[in-house]
Amino acid sequence: MKRWLAVYAAAFFAFLHLPLLTLAAFSFNSSRFTVWERFSLDWYRAAFRDPQIMGGVWNSVIIALWATAISTVIGTGCAYGLWKRGSRLLTGGLYLSLVTPEIVTGISLLALFQWMFRWLHWQLGLYTVVLAHVAFSIPFVVIVVSARLRTIGPTLEEAAMDLGANEWQAFRRVTLPSLMPGIIAAALLALTVSFDDYVITSMVAGVDSETLPMVIYAMARRGASPAINAISAMVTVGFGALILISERMRER
Amino acid sequence: MKLRRWFLLPAWLWMALLFLAPFAIVLAYSLLTRGTYGGVGGPWTLENYQRLLDPLYLTILLRSFAMAAAATAICLALAFPAALFIARSNRHRNLYLQLVMLPFWTSFLVRTYAWMFLLRDTGLINTALQWTGIIHGPLPLLYNNGAVLLGLVYGYLPFMVLPIYATLERMDPALAEAAADLGARPMVTVLRIIAPLAMPGILAGSVLVFIPCLGAYLTPDLLGGGRSAMVGNLVQNQFTTARDWPFGSAVSIALMALVTALLWALLRKQKEPIA
Amino acid sequence: MSDVLELRELVKDYPGQRALAGISLAVPRGSFFSLLGPSGCGKTTTLRMIAGFEQPTSGDVLLSGERVNDRKPYERNVSTVFQSYALFPHFTAQQNIEFGLRQRRAPDIGKRVAEALALVSLTGKEERRPAQLSGGERQRVALARSLVVQPDVLLLDEPLAALDPKLRKQMRLELKAMQRRVGITFLLVTHDQEEAMSMSDQLAVMNEGRIEQVGAPEDVYLRPANRFVAGFLGAVNWIGGVGVRPEATRIGGMDGQAKACPTSGRQRRGAVTGSVFLGDSVEVSVRLETGEHVIAQAPRGAAALQAGEAVGVWWDAAEELKFP
Repeated sequence: MKRWLAVYAAAFFAFLHLPLLTLAAFSFNSSRFTVWERFSLDWYRAAFRDPQIMGGVWNSVIIALWATAISTVIGTGCAYGLWKRGSRLLTGGLYLSLVTPEIVTGISLLALFQWMFRWLHWQLGLYTVVLAHVAFSIPFVVIVVSARLRTIGPTLEEAAMDLGANEWQAFRRVTLPSLMPGIIAAALLALTVSFDDYVITSMVAGVDSETLPMVIYAMARRGASPAINAISAMVTVGFGALILISERMRER
Repeated sequence: MKLRRWFLLPAWLWMALLFLAPFAIVLAYSLLTRGTYGGVGGPWTLENYQRLLDPLYLTILLRSFAMAAAATAICLALAFPAALFIARSNRHRNLYLQLVMLPFWTSFLVRTYAWMFLLRDTGLINTALQWTGIIHGPLPLLYNNGAVLLGLVYGYLPFMVLPIYATLERMDPALAEAAADLGARPMVTVLRIIAPLAMPGILAGSVLVFIPCLGAYLTPDLLGGGRSAMVGNLVQNQFTTARDWPFGSAVSIALMALVTALLWALLRKQKEPIA
Repeated sequence: MSDVLELRELVKDYPGQRALAGISLAVPRGSFFSLLGPSGCGKTTTLRMIAGFEQPTSGDVLLSGERVNDRKPYERNVSTVFQSYALFPHFTAQQNIEFGLRQRRAPDIGKRVAEALALVSLTGKEERRPAQLSGGERQRVALARSLVVQPDVLLLDEPLAALDPKLRKQMRLELKAMQRRVGITFLLVTHDQEEAMSMSDQLAVMNEGRIEQVGAPEDVYLRPANRFVAGFLGAVNWIGGVGVRPEATRIGGMDGQAKACPTSGRQRRGAVTGSVFLGDSVEVSVRLETGEHVIAQAPRGAAALQAGEAVGVWWDAAEELKFP
């Protein structure tokens, strides 16, 4: 039984990891086809020279930074407020937002923006994407920060107020510093979900706001250049690094 | 208390403007009629919901349900022994958990593309099989229900492993020993003792896999062909190509109702939240 | 009477640590046998190897004369009462008890379960789940579950540890009586010497992965093989290299003149340093002139002794614990 389980587990982990590993391996293949020729960095060079890809990266970075900054502030405040006293309505909304199918979130935000445009003469663009990303990132931030708040417990702040600090001072001087690792972890998580999103983004993006996932999607559809393997490998490594840092922060 | 209100104000604004308002608009659209140029207008009607029963759309709904159910079942079958293995390993437990989580944290789009890279006609599997001479023409591995199912299982497997692991890890190891001690073979121990006691984790995992599978869009879009469309694709199609927003809205509302009902049922069954 | 269980040179190594350093043991069929020792002495490891949960590094386990090292737990006819009881929480008492019989596809399951329930006086509670039973009742379900399969040996891992002290004393008697009634070999693991002595026909005292002594409780108590056994089974006063149990240590001579023991003449002089009233007796601590401290278990009258009072201490040479 024990041996069988171990053999099975090896197969299980291979299933989880081999697809990405082969993808990464073939990004170093000089050939355009899926036959191994020799090691080369040509596709990485091609990816960096491609204006569409670089444009997508640029847009994605701008969107992710804005969305992360805004959702981290709102989400942290929300987690702190809920920690002081819960609200079933707000908590329910957060959970529901988390399980809403992405495509539904996408079309409903699209519907909202189009409805607003009846009165405002704006267009879909980077800012609608940022708003959409803020919308779906907040619940992630709240969950991570709430978990951190639960491990801290209320005694620290009570002690501070006992010593004469007012509510704001207690938050600013006592809770916020000990909450920092959780907030950073939450921000990194928000950064990755924002950077990764395709479905919602594709619904609310304008002509000038093509993100990296949208470029990857288009290339995957065409199935043309192995440059996509190179980008995929880089995205995977980048994400892995971000998440590792985030996990470290959470464990602190 | 004033401070708390200031802290919560942006979150309430978020909920009102970016969650409830869009939802209300979609709900309203689902009860309206499609205009001549793809616009939305009166009169109020329930026709959009009736159209869901049209065999064309009903097929898609049922397929989505079947796909999500099959993906959940396969995930359960794959995840349970893996969770058991991790729960029973003492030394490298954290490493194994990280290994489960790692692909989950990489880009979903990239993970889906990885399977395109493996499965398509010029993909790695077909190339390798042709090179070894086992087959002479490429096998149609991509753009079918099987590919979609594979993609769904691959995408959401960690959601099943983690809750099951959590319940197994809390279980008294003496229970499995007691069963063996009383003469139960390993399979009997797993089916009669371990699995029933891991039910809360199995249930949570199943809902966590079933819900996103039901509303999946990207996986059937990239790995499925025209005949593998799921509800998510139907919604997207109505809002883009077909420009029938009222019907797309009705499909979305129906999907949300289903998801909410499932989640509610799970939370009622389990007192503590999963996250 | 043949031996139902035999251990031969059993060794168990864990990474960087030897848990068992070669123990050999024979347990007669139908007896109540105890493994007694401090925590970490290897007694639970021994039990787990008999049940088959762990594999010995070397050495053999024999059940009814047959080597069972390679048999899985479910292929050995032994059953265990776990310290945590390990009752299946999703089963009723009845389902817990019949589990082993179902695995064996035994006939007359209903009848045998009813008998087992009656044996542990739980008739009428068969539909309760473990969570609805008291600690003592849970323990009896665990006992019935293991007994009903008629094992060659019933292994009990600190079965009374989780009970409160009053119930524990009562369960000792019940366990002993039950063993006599069913005639199955009981192998008890415990760190409580009173528990081991009050129930066992024979006991083995273990320390640091070795067996120090095997024998009937009186033998081991009165004629311990070494200082460890003597000290583990009860308090010992060490007087000039000789061990004397507190209850064998007499105290008296309020006039300050010590009396010598009439038969052997063993005696010392000392001064009372304190006394503890125990109800049925008094424990008097005495500092001897030689500087040694002794404790004497004296009749209630000795409570009148004041701290600092000069006393005589004597004992019978026949009561001395001697080691070769």
